[in-house]
Amino acid sequence: MRVTVLCFARLREMARRAEWSCEVPPGSTVADVWRALVAACPEAAVMASSVSCAVNAEFAWMSAPVGEGDEVAFLPPVSGGAPRGR
Amino acid sequence: MSAPRLAIVREPLSLEPLMADLERQTRHSGEGCGALCSFLGIVRATHQGRRVRHLEYEAYAPLALRAFEIIAAEIAAEWPAAEVALHHRVGRLEIGEASVAIVSAAAHRSEAFQVCRYAIERVKQIAPVWKHEHFEDGEHWVEGALADPGDADARRQARERACA
Repeated sequence: MRVTVLCFARLREMARRAEWSCEVPPGSTVADVWRALVAACPEAAVMASSVSCAVNAEFAWMSAPVGEGDEVAFLPPVSGGAPRGR
Repeated sequence: MSAPRLAIVREPLSLEPLMADLERQTRHSGEGCGALCSFLGIVRATHQGRRVRHLEYEAYAPLALRAFEIIAAEIAAEWPAAEVALHHRVGRLEIGEASVAIVSAAAHRSEAFQVCRYAIERVKQIAPVWKHEHFEDGEHWVEGALADPGDADARRQARERACA
């Protein structure tokens, strides 16, 4: 199945794409889509521990399932907030 | 016609219409509007000692609006008699221009101040809006917290700052 991947800010620059159509097997999760992105753009791997995600413009977890035609967005940490755990 | 309460815009921000709309909309509800509090975030000329040339803000607009709705719902739960309007600008901004405009309305000043402060703290925590700083000697993306609206600690911290 195909999903549309959106990359923002520093991740967009690292992945050298803002939008990407990606083929993943049925039953995939957001994490599987992330792995597909990293496979296509290894530079994005450094964001793995800090990126968060959304599915169809709703906040989501990396474990969330994705479906045919979904829009999966990967979000670098947002500006200005205090880092977590501080 | 009123502007939307929550918006991502490319045009320069203006507090006056937001304040006028919010006052009019809350004038006859509950105790009525006795206080408006406003906040403007402004592009600063320096960041950590470096001279800023300009900034670029990038947003995932549909999710940013969703984050604003979450923030408005949190405010409705915590301060049921208060209202908030929240606009964020995206695109290239010059020094001195406003990036975010927030107006809160309440019957009394204490609630209005709290709601306004809470709103900006939460925007900084959860809204998917990224700031790209262009300096005279380079550029970088400002990064901070993860955009997780369900993080109870972050929400508590925003409430503590608002009510300090």
